[in-house]
Amino acid sequence: MNPHGAAAASVGLWACNLCKLVSKSPSQSSAAHCPRCGARIHAREPYAVARTWALLITAATLYVPANVLPVMETNSLFGFQKDTILSGVVYLWTSGSRTLSLLVFIASITVPLLKLTSLAFLLASVQFRSTWRPDQRARLYRIVEFIGRWSMLDIYVGAVLVALVHFQGVATIVAGPGATAFGAVVVLTMLAAMSFDPRLIWDHAEIARVG
Amino acid sequence: MRYAPLVACRDCDLLHQETPLRAGAAAHCNRCGTELYRQRADSLDRSLACALAAGVFFVVANTFPIVRLQIQTEQTQSTLFGAVHALAAQGMWFVAGLIFVTTILVPAAQIAAISYLLLPLRLGHAPRSLHLAFRLLQSTRPWGMIDVFMLGVLVSLVKLSHMASVVPGIALWSFTGLMLLLAATIAAFDPRAFWISVEARR
Repeated sequence: MNPHGAAAASVGLWACNLCKLVSKSPSQSSAAHCPRCGARIHAREPYAVARTWALLITAATLYVPANVLPVMETNSLFGFQKDTILSGVVYLWTSGSRTLSLLVFIASITVPLLKLTSLAFLLASVQFRSTWRPDQRARLYRIVEFIGRWSMLDIYVGAVLVALVHFQGVATIVAGPGATAFGAVVVLTMLAAMSFDPRLIWDHAEIARVG
Repeated sequence: MRYAPLVACRDCDLLHQETPLRAGAAAHCNRCGTELYRQRADSLDRSLACALAAGVFFVVANTFPIVRLQIQTEQTQSTLFGAVHALAAQGMWFVAGLIFVTTILVPAAQIAAISYLLLPLRLGHAPRSLHLAFRLLQSTRPWGMIDVFMLGVLVSLVKLSHMASVVPGIALWSFTGLMLLLAATIAAFDPRAFWISVEARR
């Protein structure tokens, strides 16, 4: 089969995202239900670009309090201490757990930034009908989609610490407002990655190729 | 009802003709390289077996404490739900809800959905309202995060080991088992094999 075959939508066929069935599209409407599993199907996700931008801008805004506000507040014999995500990474590094420190740094700082910038880049490229290297952009999208959930790491670390460290008079840990903002960033960037439709990357490349 | 053996790439929408593969092989998109489908040996039986085992691990993992923490004579311990409760008690409703959904609700729903869909099929009849259960299973996929949670537990235990002695509980091992079994359940479940089996039962 040649790599320049037809996109399903261009020959009036829609694929279901959930059960993968390819079925005939309705002649009039822009949405339908999959005849096999009943999920909503479209030629392309409706308003994919606008919706993804909205989620992405919200996530980028919340990224600021997520990193500035403390995610954890420790009250111990040695005093009161507020920790942001970055200071938690630094603490792990200086206490000798360098591998884990690197892991948390990647999951909580690099991954969210990478997701925000990559999705913004993909959205802009689709909006400007770019035809540049669709295979590379598709790969970038797959990476963003795959790594997204690992940013939840710091939320779970915080939860375990909060649940366990409540020694009266010795040490207690409570969650800080940064955790809510950070959790929201993770959820919003995941939703943004899901609402983006990678098929748009190929549509413009294909139009340009065929002319 | 018979369907044309066509597959569209989920990432670029290129149409392909479905061809039979040998067990364990995968078909990839001609244009963008995304995996189109994979021929899994005993897909549904393996998925069901893993889901039933995962159900047992799920109960144990959520009943017993994950770790016990000791500082001199004082000690604390917590289950996963205990962590959710502690966060909610501090007014962190959103974070508590997020953890509850991703580590308890979604895994439970996935185990239940797979069992609900595949157990009747195994016994020879199609389950009722299978569309709903199928869509629930497929659309919750990205939100089950037991694997990320396990890594989080590991990181927090390293952090805690600097200030107290950490005693792993039964649930820690159960969560490890649950994580592996749930990943195997989801990986083994092939939607194509599922619908072929449903059509055959009708």
